[in-house]
Amino acid sequence: MYGGGNTFDPITDTKQATEDPQKLQEFEARIERGEKIEPSDWMPDLYRKQLIRMIEQHAHSEIIGALPEGTWITRAPGFKRKLALMAKVQDEVGHAQLLYAAAETLGKSREQMIDDLLEGKSKYSNIFNYPAFTWADACFISWLVDAGAIVNQLANSKGSYGPYCRALERICVEESFHLKYGHHCVIHLATGTDIQRKMMQEALNRWWEPMMHFFGPPDKVSVHTEVLMKWKVKMSSNDQCRNQFLDMYVPKILELGLTIPDPLLRKNPETEQWEYTEPDWEVFKKVINGDGPCNEERLAVRRVAEARGKWVRQALLKPKTEYVTPLA
Amino acid sequence: MNTDAIKELLYKIADDQLIIGHRNSEWTGMGPILEEDIAFSSMAQDKIGQSYALYQLLHDLGEDEPDQVAFMRKANQFKNSQLTELPNGEYDYSLLRHFLFDTAESIRFEFLAQSAYSPLALLAKKIQGELRYHTMHANTWIKQLGNANQESILRLQASLDQLFPFALGIFEPSPFENVLIEEKIFVGEKVIMQKWQEQIAKILNATELLIPSFSEPAIYGGRFGHHTEHLTLLLEEMSEVFRIDPTAEW
Repeated sequence: MYGGGNTFDPITDTKQATEDPQKLQEFEARIERGEKIEPSDWMPDLYRKQLIRMIEQHAHSEIIGALPEGTWITRAPGFKRKLALMAKVQDEVGHAQLLYAAAETLGKSREQMIDDLLEGKSKYSNIFNYPAFTWADACFISWLVDAGAIVNQLANSKGSYGPYCRALERICVEESFHLKYGHHCVIHLATGTDIQRKMMQEALNRWWEPMMHFFGPPDKVSVHTEVLMKWKVKMSSNDQCRNQFLDMYVPKILELGLTIPDPLLRKNPETEQWEYTEPDWEVFKKVINGDGPCNEERLAVRRVAEARGKWVRQALLKPKTEYVTPLA
Repeated sequence: MNTDAIKELLYKIADDQLIIGHRNSEWTGMGPILEEDIAFSSMAQDKIGQSYALYQLLHDLGEDEPDQVAFMRKANQFKNSQLTELPNGEYDYSLLRHFLFDTAESIRFEFLAQSAYSPLALLAKKIQGELRYHTMHANTWIKQLGNANQESILRLQASLDQLFPFALGIFEPSPFENVLIEEKIFVGEKVIMQKWQEQIAKILNATELLIPSFSEPAIYGGRFGHHTEHLTLLLEEMSEVFRIDPTAEW
């Protein structure tokens, strides 16, 4: 999990700074030839900015994404699930570590990135602004949200920035285990007792719309990203990713006897494209702009964790700082 | 060999590992820095894996399946030391507990690796290797924060003082102490405690922290099923989903 350049806050600064035309030409030629750009190489300012923004948001998605699933570690039913879920969420936090390091190669420190997250200046994947009410919600996330993220991440791992691609390759290997774990959990619920089946169906009903939102607004209305595609910062369109996800997972969901809450969902045999009820994009906008069911809570938890850990970081950084004992 | 004595021994060490592992896992997503988040999560996996393997030994001796044992017993049936069930508190508190507990555990498993009860000796050898990293982790941080600045030293000292009587409770003697020693299954709590005192003193003496008195009264009870209210709450949370249907496959 969890993100992978799909957080969709509007790109505010797409204007290209005046770049040296010859350097720009060489840069574009390298990308065209499929070469990777490395941290010490010349790169246009916009390329650097967009990559920082994208990798940083991906990293944030990993640590925020660890929250809804993390709360189920202490409640996971049985040893097998408990051990696997702990390992999985730990992987996600490890991905954040990898990704922050990749973004740092572009010149922004981890501390600055985390500050921007806490101040609401930097986004994370929208899907984590929804609550995981039951164990089945946690299973949905492990299987299908991770599946969606893999679709994005596999595409992005073919991008042009070396450190990000290498991080994504490692991440995708771990993700493939998460996917197996999540699928295994969902199979057990969907083929289990009446209570388990009901639990799973309800989770699917709750998460379907956020899952359709996950890949971002339809191409016809989404922000113009031509130059980012050309520079291989963004590798496939929102609709392409969504279509690929539906292709791969709709049959698997149906196979388990679950009902997808969209009567219009079908694959058009002529166009090979999926047709579906358009999810409510007003809701999407509302959530992304901070008014979702859990936006406040997620950031509040992160802020508390940061505040509680501040003395540890200070003790590591400035060993001789004087501390005045509080009176009360 | 005295099976009752072995079972009692296995239960207390398995319960210790399960409960501390559960507490460690609560740091996932909440650590003071990402690396610590990951470290606590890693130790949690080791501990819970160790408890599973120990419950499996109990199962081989005729006890219930590990899942049933871990998720369905009541608090007064658990034999963990009270130290392990206390809520995490702040990082200093969790770190100090981790240090006090894992130092004891690494000594315990060192001796168990020589147990006359060979299934336990075999398992202990494996666990010993994992615990080496846990104590290395604890010692590194205690030395670092125990020498850093006034705040970190004061925090660590306060947690050390608070946790110390609970830590002494780890070594609460079992009713089978003599049998276990005679049959060379386990060296006994006294020997473990003595080595523990030496080892924690060695680390703490390299910091600004003051070691509380070893003759302080210990908080006992855990080994006999007497617990704080925190264990009941922990178990309710842990088994919340499992108890929806304990016979279902999850």
